[in-house]
Amino acid sequence: MAIELPRAVTRRRILEWQICTVVKVKQETNTVKTFTLEVPKWVPHQAGQHYDVRLTAPDGYQAQRSYSIASGPEQKGVIELTIERLVEGEVSTYLHDVLIVGDQVELRGPIGGYFVWEAAMGGPLLLVAGGSGIVPLMAMLRHRQASGSQVPARLLYSSRTYEDIIYRAELDQLHHDGSGMEVIHTLTRGRPLGWNSYHRRIDLQMLEEVIRPLGNGLIAYVCGPTALVEGVANGLVVLGIAAERVRTERFGPTGVT
Amino acid sequence: MSTIFQSRGFTGKGRQAGPAGRVPPGQYVTSDFPVLSAGPTPHIPLERWTFEINGLVKAPRRWSWAEFMQLPARQYTVDIHCVTKWSKLDTSWEGVSLDTLLQVVEVEPRAHVVVAFCDGGYTTNMPLDEVMGDKAFVAYKYEAAPLPPEHGGPARLVVPKLYFWKSAKWVRGLVLAEKDEPGFWESLGYNNHGDPWKEERYHGD
Repeated sequence: MAIELPRAVTRRRILEWQICTVVKVKQETNTVKTFTLEVPKWVPHQAGQHYDVRLTAPDGYQAQRSYSIASGPEQKGVIELTIERLVEGEVSTYLHDVLIVGDQVELRGPIGGYFVWEAAMGGPLLLVAGGSGIVPLMAMLRHRQASGSQVPARLLYSSRTYEDIIYRAELDQLHHDGSGMEVIHTLTRGRPLGWNSYHRRIDLQMLEEVIRPLGNGLIAYVCGPTALVEGVANGLVVLGIAAERVRTERFGPTGVT
Repeated sequence: MSTIFQSRGFTGKGRQAGPAGRVPPGQYVTSDFPVLSAGPTPHIPLERWTFEINGLVKAPRRWSWAEFMQLPARQYTVDIHCVTKWSKLDTSWEGVSLDTLLQVVEVEPRAHVVVAFCDGGYTTNMPLDEVMGDKAFVAYKYEAAPLPPEHGGPARLVVPKLYFWKSAKWVRGLVLAEKDEPGFWESLGYNNHGDPWKEERYHGD
């Protein structure tokens, strides 16, 4: 019944708004950009945590949203936020269409203490992502690599098309780095010629095949749209994984963000 | 909090602030109902479901689902505010007021805090006086239909005056206590109180 809490729960600080500077913008896919922000009072985060972004208009109107941190805590002084541009989005459209290197933006964080993984928590690690749900999981993979962790890890990553795969090149490189990390893609809307991985929505059979090498003692982190997260989290329980070993983070479809 | 910072080129065009006075600071209005939870959705058969109140009460009580359905229920139309920034206006629920439940168990005068506990191990804590006076209820219908599991069904707590993480999904009971102890999110960096109108999102707010 009891949910085991990560050990870092005692790290309680007052979270002040900080004026941060954009030092790099990278187009990841057609609709996704990564913003690298210099944080004046940077503190190490845990992989999986997020920052809040606040925008202020001349009349004082403010809008806030939460975005997962993509970088690992080993990358000091800055954080990377990888953000999908949502057509109806009030904040994401501003960030995509207006924000450039040298601009400033108010942030506070890091926030969140449950959907986090630290190398010391061990594994085996199962990460399941849908679309931009990859972002907090990428922070975990980057942390795993930077800390030299050899914890067996598998990422099952569902994207619409090949072109929608965020961090594709870096994931290929992680897959081949010999540290016991494997990336398994699935594409739900079409696939390129010669594609030899999954090409359907994640289902129970796919999950069973992906988790088999990890065994029932795995720790799972699942992030993506609600339907994917519901299906995967419940599927893992059906496959015999204890519910308290499955941590979830969900987003959308909210129509707005 | 006042600020002199302005975001270059941000006008707030297409702002989703909602009607004046209905949406707390930093929130936007959404028309659908996002799902957030820390783990898999529990699925408890109704014949095994119970709701119990214990702790600092004179007459601890446990209701079966059938007994709970016999309790006087009413309709509620309330605005809800999630700490992840979305607010949803005029949500309609049916459920049992906490006043009704607490009356049955006879709360002891030294009880000041309520802790809700849930399937899946989730807990959340609230001051007793903020859930009494018809300010909180255990809901089992949402928009006239049984509450779906991903939204906390078969039954969830609803405490509209506090951020929505206090409205515990899959609620199975309440413990009355004298001393305040942080619940799940309250131990993980979120505010112990969680008043959206004071923007009490995180520890220290």
